[in-house]
Parts: sequence; structure tokens; C-alpha cells
Amino acid sequence: MTTDAATLPAARTGPGLWTRMMKGQTGPVCVMLIGLFVIWYIGAIFMNMPGQLDRYARAKQDWTVSQLVEATLNQDRPVLPAPHQVAAEMYKTIFATKITSKRSLVYHTWVTLSSTLLGFGIGTLLGILLAVGIVHVLTLEKSLMPWVISSQTIPILAIAPMIIVVLGAIGLKGLVPKAMISTYLCFFPVTIGMVKGLRSPDHIQLDLMRTYNASRWQTFFALRWPSSMPFLFASLKVAIAISLVGAIVGELPTGAQAGLGARLLAGSYYGQTVQIWAALLTAAFVAAMMVVVVGLFEKRVLERMGVRA
Amino acid sequence: MTLQAVVNNVAPMPASKDVVVDIQKMSLTFQTADGPVYALSDVDLTINRGDFVSFIGPSGCGKTTLLRVIADLERATAGDILINGVSPRQAREDRAYGYVFQAPALLPWRSIERNVTLPLEIMEISKEERVKRAHDALKLVELNGFEKKFPWQLSGGMQQRASIARALSFDADLLLMDEPFGALDEIVRDHLNEQLLKLWARTNKTVAFVTHSIPEAVFLSSKIVVMSPRPGRIIDVIETDFAKDRTLDIRETPEFLEVAHRVREGLRAGHSYDD
Ligand SMILES: Nc1ncnc2c1ncn2[C@@H]1O[C@H](COP(=O)(O)OP(=O)(O)OP(=O)(O)O)[C@@H](O)[C@H]1O
Ligand SMILES: [Mg+2]
Repeated sequence: MTTDAATLPAARTGPGLWTRMMKGQTGPVCVMLIGLFVIWYIGAIFMNMPGQLDRYARAKQDWTVSQLVEATLNQDRPVLPAPHQVAAEMYKTIFATKITSKRSLVYHTWVTLSSTLLGFGIGTLLGILLAVGIVHVLTLEKSLMPWVISSQTIPILAIAPMIIVVLGAIGLKGLVPKAMISTYLCFFPVTIGMVKGLRSPDHIQLDLMRTYNASRWQTFFALRWPSSMPFLFASLKVAIAISLVGAIVGELPTGAQAGLGARLLAGSYYGQTVQIWAALLTAAFVAAMMVVVVGLFEKRVLERMGVRA
Repeated sequence: MTLQAVVNNVAPMPASKDVVVDIQKMSLTFQTADGPVYALSDVDLTINRGDFVSFIGPSGCGKTTLLRVIADLERATAGDILINGVSPRQAREDRAYGYVFQAPALLPWRSIERNVTLPLEIMEISKEERVKRAHDALKLVELNGFEKKFPWQLSGGMQQRASIARALSFDADLLLMDEPFGALDEIVRDHLNEQLLKLWARTNKTVAFVTHSIPEAVFLSSKIVVMSPRPGRIIDVIETDFAKDRTLDIRETPEFLEVAHRVREGLRAGHSYDD
């Protein structure tokens, strides 16, 4: 009786639960997620099946379909691990392990995150400085822009080992070289976005500053910089995500001992696919969170600038 | 009274002889991809201190360009221009004028008050003084109470008034206004015209005012400059002598209609030249 009383009013208020759910973001996102899990499970069954059938054949063991399915979803080293295996691994390495331990995913995430953030910071600063130079000095635009663009045509996988080795030779190891790779990747969207942003004021606004006989710096701080904020944040969202990619890539060539990249590498050495996927999903989650944080920051800044809600 | 003050009181020439803008044989040609555009040709113009000069003429006849030359936003290709006896560039560097653009051009991320204080910030005036002057300027355009609002929270007419307050805030003696009321409806426009006239009568500023409207030009001006296009030239200069404290009622008087008629004739003559 009491349960009825509790559930009924909820069911009766307004439009159906389904309609309400699908109106916001939650509904569609849930449906997407469920669909993804279904596909993932089916994929896991089929990709792990040949191996499992081999094993049955070698052991001359009989099997039923339900046994087969259960086995494919619980292998030790599956081709494609099932979601619950990855979840269990993540739970074990994130929550059930001391974070100082080398087995803790939190520890590895922190190692990667610290160089991501360092690289992101330096890259953003560098990107902004380059943009300021390009916007204000004509010769810089002509001489610098081609380099900025061609720097990104070289695959990062080709550059990363060189940076690691060269910096290693002058005694820089660990955090800094990885951060440099992040910097290398993330200054680019910031420069491109900020060149556009700093040039976004209208002619009429620039003329206005001219009638006040404003100096370049006054025009910069009063007009160009505030105008460029939306462009800056759009670039930062791209930059922080690829900064993480840079840090992970930076961990691969040296066979680093710690970091999400190291987990990926170790996982692939020993065929620990579950570990690889756990590291991958953690990386994706961290990237998403960082983009969300930049987004929140953007909202705060634009709100304070009085931008219409 | 100090000696200096006495001298200042006595020395000024008769006000009408005090020349603010002196343009002689000025021409301006834009070099564009499809050949030269002769925007202004052989312009002679004198604006005295305290004048309210309107520029009227068909679209493309160079009114904006002329104002921009005075403001040193555009360089003349020939001729002599003196603003307050110095070059336009020097005058701009002296912050000799306030410019009101055709669009309000308010910075969207600044409140109305901070938009009005923008020129004062650039002129490095103290914060206290800035707020006080913004308050006074906003009062002149009847926008007090809207200091903390952002531009998008104001109507188009209010935004344009805010931009006038911004041009008034640093108290330049010369006001250059490029169709400031062009986008407003008739009633608001009439109201702002009256306010502008009062402001002018009270402060004795010199105003150069571009418009497309004959009644507006006649009502506001002490001097009407009629222009014609291709190339932009001055074809008539009409001086009026309506009382400084006139109201909109004078638009029904024969004198007013007579001046309006002369302006219209001038505009027509300019057009037939074109055909
Ligand atoms: N920067 C420029 N480059 C090339 N041509 C220009 C430029 N600015 C103006 N012109 C040309 O100069 C002429 C005069 O333009 P201007 O803007 O002064 O006209 P206007 O009288 O203000 O017209 P409107 O009443 O429509 O505002 C026009 O033919 C225009 O095309
Ligand atoms: Mg114009």
C-alpha cells in the first residue's frame, strides 16, 4: 500500500516519463549508452568466439551456446573485453587499490594529467603570444604563420620520440618532455583561434578607439582581448583534449614506467586487453571532464562579461 | 580676478570668427580594385565655433567620408585641412572631437556606464572622475538609471543615446555625428532632435551632423551644407537664423518651409547633374 501511494503521484504528474526524459539531454544520452553497450556485448561475443571455440576443440570439450556466450564474456585475455570486465578492472584499480601503489589507475592518471596540464598551460600561453604577435606585426604574420601551420602537418608519432630523446640527452626526463609534446599539439588551435578572435572587432569599433587616440595596448586590452574570449574558449576545449593525447603519446616511445600511456603499453606487451581498455576509458573520461571544466570556466567568464544568457 | 582671467575674458575674437574646421580645395579619391572612386572633389568648407552644421545629400555623395576626413579616420588626397588651426591628425591626438557613428558601436561586454567611461579610461582619468562624468553625460541624454544595464538590454534608440553620452563624456568642443538618428522612428527622432538642440544651445559646442532628412537638417542647423554625388561636391551652403531655443513648432512657419524648399531644390539640382 505505502509503495503505491509513493509511486502513483509521480506517475500522474505532467507528461509521461518517457516524453519528459527525451526532452532533456538525459533521455537521448541514456538511449545512446544502452545501444552502445548492446553493440559492445554482441561485438565481444563474436570477436572472442573463435578463440573460445579453438580452446574447446583443443580440450576436446563439449559446449552449449549459453556456456559459449558466458565464456566469451569472461576470458582472461579477450580480444575485446566485455563492459563488465572493464568496469571490474576499473573499480579494482581506481577504488580498491591504494593510490600510491603502482597498480592504482588514479596514480597513473595523475602522472599523465600533471604533464597534460603543464603542457596545456605552456601551450596556451605560447599560442596566445604567437597570436598577439601575428595580429600586431605584419612581418610576423608572413614569417610565422607558415611555420605554425606546417608544424602540424608532421605526425606527432614521428616527432614524439625525437623530442623525448633530444630532451633526454640534455638531462630532461619524465614530466617535462611529455609536457613539451602536449605543448606542441595544443598551441596550434589556440594560435589559430586567437588570431581570428583578436581580429574579430568590427571596423567601427577599431575606428572608435582611433578617435580616442588609443594606443595599441589600450586597444588590445579594451577591445581585442575581450572580443576574442569566445574564440579563446572554443580553442581551449580542443587544446586540452589533444594535450592529453600528447601526454599519452609522450609516454609510449620510452616505455615510461608510469602514466596512462605506460598502462596502455604494458597492457599490449602482456596481452592484458582488459587493462588497455580500462586505461583507454579512463583517458576518455578525464578528457571529457577537462572539456567540461573549461566549459564551466567559459560560462563564468562570459557571464561576468554580461553576455546575454 | 587674475590678470590671466581678465585677458581670457577680453581676448577672444567675436565668436563667429573663431574657425574650428577650415577645408580648402580638398579632394579624396579611393583607389579600389575596379578603378578610382572620386568620393570628394574640390570641397571648400568653414565651420565656426558654435555652429551647428548639417550635411545633406543623396546616398554615396561622400558625407561620411567628409566627416571621417575631419576626424582623421581617412586621409584627403589633395587640399588643405585645418582643425582648430592644426592638422586633423594633431587634432585627433589632442582629442579635439567626439564622434558618433551611424551604429551605436557599444562594446557588448561593458555596462552602459563602462561604455561611457571607455574614452575616459583611455585618457587615463581617475576612476572617481570617470564615474562622475559618466553620470553627467548619461543625464544629458536622459539615460540615468541605466548605468548597470548591458547594451542588449536597451532599445536601439537608447543605445544610440548611450553612444552620444559616450561622445559627450570627455567634453570635446567639436561633435561629429554621422546619421545618429537614421535608424530611429519619427517620434523618437523628434524627441532626440529637441534634446540635441538644447544640448547645443546650452554648451555652445560645435556640431557637424550628417542626415538624410530635410526637416531634421533645417530644424537643427545654423548652417546646411547640400552635397551632390559623383564626385562628391558641395553645391549649396544655407545659413539659417532661427532662435536657439526653437521648438519643433517652427516646422510649420513660412521661414522654415522656405529653407526646406531651398534645400530640396539644391538636392534636385544635384540629381539632374547626375543624369
Ligand atoms: N573605404 C572605401 N573604399 C572605397 N570606396 C569607398 C570607401 N568608403 C567610401 N567609398 C565610396 O565613396 C563614396 C562616398 O561614400 P560615403 O560613405 O562617404 O557616402 P555617404 O554620403 O556617407 O552615403 P550614405 O548616405 O549612404 O551614408 C561612395 O561611392 C563609396 O562607395
Ligand atoms: Mg554615410
